Amino acid sequence: MSAPTAAAVPARAGGTWGVALRRLLRRRSAVAGGVIVLLFTVIALAAPLLTPYEPGSAEWAGRITPSSVPGPGPGHLLGLDSFGSDLFTQLVYGARQSLVIGVTATGLGLLVGALVGLLAGGLGGWVDTLAMRVTDVMLSIPALLLAVSVAAVMGRSPVAVMIAIAAAQVPVFARLLRGSMLAQRGLDYVVAARSVGVPTSRIVFGQMLPNSVGPVIVQATLVLATATIEVAALSFLGLGQADPTVAEWGRMLVKAQARLESAPHLALLPGACIAVTALGFTLVGEALREVLDPKTTR
Amino acid sequence: MIAFVARRLALVVPVLLGLSLLLFVWLRLLPGDPARALLGERATQEGIDRVNHLYGFDRSLPEQFLLFLGRLARGDLGSSIRTGQSVVDSFLERFPATVELAVAGLGLAVVAGIPLGYLAARRRGGPLDHLSVGASLLGVVVPVFFLAYLLKYVFAIRLGWLPTAGRQDVRLDATHPTGLYVLDGVLTGEWDAAWDALRHLILPAMALGAIPLAIIVRITRASVLEVMNEDFVRTARAKGLTRAVIRRRHVMRNALLPVSTTIGLQAGALLAGAVLTETVFALNGVGEFLFTAVNHLDYPVLQGFVLFIAVIYAIVNLLVDVSYAVIDPRARQR
Repeated sequence: MSAPTAAAVPARAGGTWGVALRRLLRRRSAVAGGVIVLLFTVIALAAPLLTPYEPGSAEWAGRITPSSVPGPGPGHLLGLDSFGSDLFTQLVYGARQSLVIGVTATGLGLLVGALVGLLAGGLGGWVDTLAMRVTDVMLSIPALLLAVSVAAVMGRSPVAVMIAIAAAQVPVFARLLRGSMLAQRGLDYVVAARSVGVPTSRIVFGQMLPNSVGPVIVQATLVLATATIEVAALSFLGLGQADPTVAEWGRMLVKAQARLESAPHLALLPGACIAVTALGFTLVGEALREVLDPKTTR
Repeated sequence: MIAFVARRLALVVPVLLGLSLLLFVWLRLLPGDPARALLGERATQEGIDRVNHLYGFDRSLPEQFLLFLGRLARGDLGSSIRTGQSVVDSFLERFPATVELAVAGLGLAVVAGIPLGYLAARRRGGPLDHLSVGASLLGVVVPVFFLAYLLKYVFAIRLGWLPTAGRQDVRLDATHPTGLYVLDGVLTGEWDAAWDALRHLILPAMALGAIPLAIIVRITRASVLEVMNEDFVRTARAKGLTRAVIRRRHVMRNALLPVSTTIGLQAGALLAGAVLTETVFALNGVGEFLFTAVNHLDYPVLQGFVLFIAVIYAIVNLLVDVSYAVIDPRARQR
């Protein structure tokens, strides 16, 4: 570190990340995405405060007939679902499932993938070769097959869904971090640090890693969007949550299928929730990509 | 070119063999007792032993492995534990529906996506560009099965323009030599059957094609923008070549390389999407079949499925490589 650089850092207030955040806030799409994500997070956290009912209670099952489902009315903001639970309650608690499973799965995939990428990119040599061959194999297995196998081992459970989604992301994160770490390895500052005898672990963690995480963070944000969709897709196929009293957007869509003609809102609302949540994450991720990537600065 | 295809084809065999055997071992090492899954919770030990013996589960893994190999060579993948039906027959019966859907969906995405991406790039910042960027964003965030619902509700239920479910009107009593209903109608000259099958295919194909379409538009747009800034395009322009020639021989030829890679990478997602779409439109493809198999730990069916997927993956990758060689002569050298 030379003196001028050290002096320049406080002047930029918050450094690279502060600059990135300010640039992000200037983008309307990023702010819109952030608001959506924040909104659904608040809904998920405050679910018991937003509705007086319990999810999956089927309390009003008597009011459901084969041909009709009560729509919006007093006591029920959006009416009932086809099993006689309050639709609004189901949607609100569904946000919990989607976000918890989606975020955990992404976090798990990121953690394991980043660890593999860090080892491969930081150490190089046979560790790198081995890690890349393993990720090659993992990438060649279709995600659906992976999900099916995990479900076959663990049965139908949200944990199985999490693991299936995370496992599909591990090789992606690993390669991304490795790639950007490799790009750092040949740079002058790393060579310089090595030549003055900075220990490898400090070069890797203190310098190469902070300079390589940009693309990984972007990818993680985008994966949050696909994970939200995949959680719903896997439970749509019957691989997710087995407990019928737990509200889940994907399963709400399955249940809505038989009543698509008479009560399309039963499908429309959970579907829209999934799409809007995914849109929020995607907008933030895309904007983040543009902000962090010097090549696309406009 | 022929030598390249032959060389590439020779590579498929060991990959396929390795992958299928790896997956065989993996699947057989899964915990869970298929005999118990078949007979239910109250099965007697005697019954379980008999089922295990019948299906060879009581033998050692290497033995089962060799038996599997031998049967594989004879094109026999065993029969479903649950229904007793031959796995190969069940797949062959249902697979054409999935293939037809996947081909139609991807075909739609490619045929619409490449020109749209090109036009968006040519008129960067124009209304078409904004529209295609916006639409491609929607294509990424709307789940396949939800889009399938929307299409079904609007075009089949509300407007009544297209059928809601199934692959063909059963009253037509059409003959199916290949199992690909649209092709069957054309081959046998039963044009009304072909038309009817096509009408059944439109909505599922649109639902399935949306995501690959969005991705293809984005990649084509980005790739065309990049290529158009290359020196060789400026040179071509300076030489006085016509726009059409520059577009066809200089811009598109180079811009399509990343696009064809992307299409290849979509194969897995396309398969998952096809399974979801089949469920919504009751197309009776491999989707539903697969998930009953998972819930019943139907190993022979799961193995068969894995093998089928492995074969398709290998074929798709082969096609992608060949398309690469067609677009880029340099790729033939490798």
